[in-house]
Amino acid sequence: MAQQIIFYVLAVIITVFSILAVTSKQIIRSATYLLFVLLGTAGLYLLLGYNYLFAVQIAVYAGGIMVLFIFAILLTNKPGENVKTELPIRRIVAGLTSLAGLAFCGHIIYWNVKKISVLTEMADITPQQLGRMMMGTDKYQYLLPFEMISILLLACIVGAIMVARKR
Amino acid sequence: MEFLTSFFSGPVPVEAYLAVSLIMFFAGVYGFLTRKSMLMILVSIELMLNAADINFVAFNRYLYPGQFEGFYFTLFTIAIAACETAVAIAIIINIYRNLTSVEVGNLDQMKE
Repeated sequence: MAQQIIFYVLAVIITVFSILAVTSKQIIRSATYLLFVLLGTAGLYLLLGYNYLFAVQIAVYAGGIMVLFIFAILLTNKPGENVKTELPIRRIVAGLTSLAGLAFCGHIIYWNVKKISVLTEMADITPQQLGRMMMGTDKYQYLLPFEMISILLLACIVGAIMVARKR
Repeated sequence: MEFLTSFFSGPVPVEAYLAVSLIMFFAGVYGFLTRKSMLMILVSIELMLNAADINFVAFNRYLYPGQFEGFYFTLFTIAIAACETAVAIAIIINIYRNLTSVEVGNLDQMKE
């Protein structure tokens, strides 16, 4: 019972704030609504039992990416200026496109996904298992993507400094 | 009333998670198509990436609770999203320095 109530509260929060984030007139408010959406997503991870993912989502998204966003907004935006949108006719077309996509995918989900609501017991994941799965090379172990991510992060740091520095 | 009690009594079905991520994804699509500021387009992209992450985790938990493929995919997706945001914001700040504006309509001045 408690789980259902928490889920529906989080669902309402995510829905309302994601729609507000793309329709708000002021860009800094929009970033704040995005922060609430990210925190609601972290709550869904916790509800599903993935505690490590919850921590990563809070630390990386709500901590790191939001700080980047807010710094970029404050650096590039004049205060009190409203954000510009496309012409009204293009907004209507975009709204119709996304509503059509929503209806199409909703139809597919409603008719094709079986009503799976049995939450079987999850194999509990300990930090030792997590580290072994991340550093192993057997089946269901992920050393190669882990190393690729580390190289990608290095390239991203170098690239960001090269692009953003003053000439 | 009976509908409400049955709605709240059973466990949460997987479609509920899919519906939440669906709404989030198409809110992102709407923002991507309507906003002019590049930062707002980036916010919309983050919304879409998060919707995909919720789908991975929900399918992993409901269909294969003993395995962790969706879990690791989401973990790596979050890392890639962090990289992508950092580079995109560096590019946006560089564009702002050259054009003093971050609107997509002005970007064709870059080639001059």
